[in-house]
Amino acid sequence: MAEHETVSTAPLPPPGKWAPVVALAWLVPGGGHFLLKRSGRGLILLGCVVLMFLLGIMMRGAMFQPQTGDLLTTVIYWGGFIGDLCAGALYLISVWLGYNQPDIAGHVHDYGTKFLVAAGLLNLLAIVDAFEIATGRKE
Amino acid sequence: MPKLSLSHFEAAVLFAFFTSIVMGVTTKRTDQDRVRYAAQCFAYFLVALFGLSWLMYLGHG
Repeated sequence: MAEHETVSTAPLPPPGKWAPVVALAWLVPGGGHFLLKRSGRGLILLGCVVLMFLLGIMMRGAMFQPQTGDLLTTVIYWGGFIGDLCAGALYLISVWLGYNQPDIAGHVHDYGTKFLVAAGLLNLLAIVDAFEIATGRKE
Repeated sequence: MPKLSLSHFEAAVLFAFFTSIVMGVTTKRTDQDRVRYAAQCFAYFLVALFGLSWLMYLGHG
């Protein structure tokens, strides 16, 4: 039997209440949870996203650059770029420090590229969770 | 930064581990549900990992 959860339909609070949380959650993985005094969950999210990202870097994964062309190329490269960007400060610092690994053949590099994107996507889940807590839709 | 070389299996298990934890933490409302869901996700990842590996091995001939 499927579980049913009640979905809150309360109006969205003013951006001043949740925008700083979302911004910090993007910039620092788990940061939104720390700001909302959910330190335990924030620490777990921080650990998972940072470790995932560092493993991606240590496997010499490539960062996606936005590219256009046929539909598949556009979706993969723009999607990958947005995924990388979701890692926040981790992405910005690694690019700022000059990390620029070319996309080369090999399963380790390939996994590294996926780990970098996955770290960003996991941070996106953390951002959405922080947003829901900040807007009172979740504890 | 040291270079890391993992096998397919090790990389996939690490991916499953971190993803399961984050999914558990962000999608459930109580700690008990979070732990249970994370463990469940990790188990599903492993089942899919072994299942697809065997499928590819047998399909390869």
